[in-house]
Amino acid sequence: MKKILKTIKNGIANENPIFVQLLGMCPTLAVTTSAKNGLAMGLATTAVLLCSNFAISVLRKFIPDKIRIPAFIVIVATFVSVVKMLMNAYAIDLYNELGLFIPLIVVNCLILGRAEAYASKNGPISSLADGLGMGLGFALSLTILGSVREIFGAGKIFGLALFGQAYQPAIIMILPPGAFLALGLLIALYNNFKSKKKIS
Amino acid sequence: MNYLAIVIGAVFVGNIVLAQFLGICPFLGVSKKVETAAGMSMAVTFVMLLASIITYGLWEGVLKPLSLEYMQTIVFILVIATLVQLVELFVKKASPSLYEALGVYLPLITTNCAVLGIAILNIQKGFNLLELIVHTLSVSLGFGMAIILFAGIRERLVLSDVPNAFKDFPVALITAGLMAIAFLGFSGFSII
Repeated sequence: MKKILKTIKNGIANENPIFVQLLGMCPTLAVTTSAKNGLAMGLATTAVLLCSNFAISVLRKFIPDKIRIPAFIVIVATFVSVVKMLMNAYAIDLYNELGLFIPLIVVNCLILGRAEAYASKNGPISSLADGLGMGLGFALSLTILGSVREIFGAGKIFGLALFGQAYQPAIIMILPPGAFLALGLLIALYNNFKSKKKIS
Repeated sequence: MNYLAIVIGAVFVGNIVLAQFLGICPFLGVSKKVETAAGMSMAVTFVMLLASIITYGLWEGVLKPLSLEYMQTIVFILVIATLVQLVELFVKKASPSLYEALGVYLPLITTNCAVLGIAILNIQKGFNLLELIVHTLSVSLGFGMAIILFAGIRERLVLSDVPNAFKDFPVALITAGLMAIAFLGFSGFSII
């Protein structure tokens, strides 16, 4: 139990997929125009990651080593199709807003990376824990980035207005350049925080 | 459809990297030197064009007639993964010098979301074969331009004095942000 909690915490904090490992940059930059979109993309990726980690870990002894990458891709693509159809049926607004980036979860390096680095070597339970930790770490970072961009770019968070009418939003933050600027500053902030912690 | 509009739209107005956020991984990963950036953009152009044509053929010839549209993601990614392997084998046999030049970038293209993204976008936009070829070529031109310009800036960046917290990745992202602002100047620009 302790080991499982440690694995989950590892994914969220120490080996955070975005701030530390810098994986899965395309959806990170593209869909974080608002906190809601960031959270939705994060949760969709978490769902795929949980299922694919579990399936790959169960099947790891049956998949021949030589064709493991294509096999992993097929497994991931299957779950992505499931998530895509579910979103199309039950959350059509989100489906339209995230658009192209839902099928592109397949090529998120985070998912294939975890399959190769963790699920293909560990049992189903700890692979699930790893998927949950990494997925939540990804979702959390996307939500933070989405919130920062929404607060500065629209003066709102999760659609709620934060400031009075006098606030002039910096629209650049919700346009494409804002994604690069916000993520660059956030990672710098994270690095700064970490180096200070080391010294003290 | 006006071909010029497709070209300008894909290279400048909706630049694949700086406006659509496809292919960010190679954009940030292999942009430390201009030569490797150029090699990467060549490899991407090659695979993207082949993949777009084949997936278009499969979509029109197999998936649509059999109403298997929901299989799109699985079929397309398999085509791309296989294609990358085939291209790798072929280039190795046919032109060892090109193989040497592209090196490790060839296998990396499978997980380049630009390839799958463009294959899906081409279908979504309802292009015919000729429009699709023009669109794909101009997208890869836009990719090549962005990554080579970025690599040029990064080569200079190595020599400059950057605050510790900003070293390497954050400063690269902010540079990309400034480039994206420049490309934002093209938005709303249209040719009728």
